[in-house]
Amino acid sequence: MTFTLFLQHLANALSLGSLYALIAIGYTMVYGILRLINFAHGDVFMLGAYLAFYGITMFSLPWWGALVLAVVVTAVFGVGLERVAYRPLRDSPKISVMISAIGASFLIENLGIVIFGGRPKGFPVPEVLSRVIRLGAVSVQAVSLLIPAFAALILAVLLWVVNRTKTGMAMRAVSTDLDAARLMGVDVNKVIAFTFGAGSLLAALGGIMWSFKYPNLSPLMGVMPGLKCFIAAVIGGIGNIMGAVLGGFLLGFIELMTIAFLPDLTGYRDAFAFVLLIVVLLVKPTGLLGKRQSEKV
Amino acid sequence: MLTIDKLSVHYGGIHALQGIDLEVPDGKIVTLIGANGAGKSTTLKSIVGLVKNSGGSVSWNGETLTGLPTKDIVERGVVLVPEGRRVFPNLTVDENLTLGAYTRKDKAEVAADRARVFGLFPRLEERKRQKAGTLSGGEQQMLAVGRALMTKPRLLMMDEPSLGLAPLVVKMIFDIIREINKAGVTVLLIEQNAKAALEVADYGYVLETGRIIFHGKGRELLADDRVRKAYLGEGE
Ligand SMILES: Nc1ncnc2c1ncn2[C@@H]1O[C@H](COP(=O)(O)OP(=O)(O)O)[C@@H](O)[C@H]1O
Ligand SMILES: [Mg+2]
Repeated sequence: MTFTLFLQHLANALSLGSLYALIAIGYTMVYGILRLINFAHGDVFMLGAYLAFYGITMFSLPWWGALVLAVVVTAVFGVGLERVAYRPLRDSPKISVMISAIGASFLIENLGIVIFGGRPKGFPVPEVLSRVIRLGAVSVQAVSLLIPAFAALILAVLLWVVNRTKTGMAMRAVSTDLDAARLMGVDVNKVIAFTFGAGSLLAALGGIMWSFKYPNLSPLMGVMPGLKCFIAAVIGGIGNIMGAVLGGFLLGFIELMTIAFLPDLTGYRDAFAFVLLIVVLLVKPTGLLGKRQSEKV
Repeated sequence: MLTIDKLSVHYGGIHALQGIDLEVPDGKIVTLIGANGAGKSTTLKSIVGLVKNSGGSVSWNGETLTGLPTKDIVERGVVLVPEGRRVFPNLTVDENLTLGAYTRKDKAEVAADRARVFGLFPRLEERKRQKAGTLSGGEQQMLAVGRALMTKPRLLMMDEPSLGLAPLVVKMIFDIIREINKAGVTVLLIEQNAKAALEVADYGYVLETGRIIFHGKGRELLADDRVRKAYLGEGE
């Protein structure tokens, strides 16, 4: 393999890793607060992509307008999902909540098939993004550079919110001790709603940018990325935002680099995540950046 | 004034509180003592709405608290320092205090209260940038009390603040309770350390398996034979 080709793979891995990271953050944030795996997260990702698609094709919005609108609507959808599928079960056994999460996921997927149609749709990637840029001998699509840059920006904003704002402080408090946060007068429902909104917003952004790069929409498009990003979150140490980012990048890199260096394994690309998961959990059961955490009572 | 009227709490089949009556008059220190498992913590949790009651009611200056969300109860100045301190270990000392003032908008007064807390507990100021999880047990208790003071309490309820602390720290915590009370905050104190609690309290209640079995002035209970036998250790 030439060095140029390697750089090209690297650029691809970087953008795939960024996308994984964005989605994985949503899993980790919700888990951090509710100790709940939001199985519908991958479907929220799909919804974001479709909404942007219809924004562009049906309402003739410019791509960035469709993006903003889709992201906002998806965030609201995420808040509604928590309200309907999870909040009523807040004091129920974990298994009930898990079943509700799986049910919500199937429901969204099947509604997607009914409403959007089961046939894949081609995402109208704007020309500015699909344009090929040459950097010396390396040529990459603009979108492959845009995705990591955008993901880094979003991550910076998110970290600022979590670490520097009052809402972020409340999120951190709720995630370690929900009742103690209540005793400080924190409106726990609001914090949880905010967390779902933020996670869904990131999933929608991930879904739309994913479609810029892999412009093939289907109602089940969120299943595999959803599963992989859940794994990425676990690998990084679930509940930890930087862990989710690390896990996402690790997964993106290993996936694309294995394909690049060992093309014979291409058919197994979706299995890498699981192999990595098993290896990491054997070595460090709490994930790479995870701390030992007592089970919530 | 806090008024508890025939308060009853069930945990599934366990009848943890079996209709208790209790009053905390303004400006006083009232203590609720009792053995482990008597239902002391349950009483406090149910006052702040962390546990749902199955009967009776709690009211604060004539207004019913029962059924209100915890944050509304806290906003009315009825505040609990929970058993086991429950500071946020991953937040700094300063952030823990800021969180105490979560519902408050009066910035200048919040700053003054923070200074007051640092005045009461200079140790906290020295460690304000440290994660709360790195503090000693005594320091965490100071932080738990300081954090509660940041909510601007009118009734401060403390669940076994002396538990697991060295005698010197216990003495300091009790001194602080007196001081807080002198500053005009009503106190409801729960203790297994009955002697220390009755010495500091104006009035005491004794809880046994979900029922109040005696109540009276702090000094009277200290002198009462039945209380001495059961809670203070005979021959003291
Ligand atoms: N979450 C709970 N679920 C079931 N039973 C509980 C729970 N919390 C307390 N109890 C029971 O209620 C009774 C009173 O407990 P508690 O209020 O914690 O007592 P105390 O604070 O006086 O030690 C005990 O019998 C205890 O086992
Ligand atoms: Mg107790």
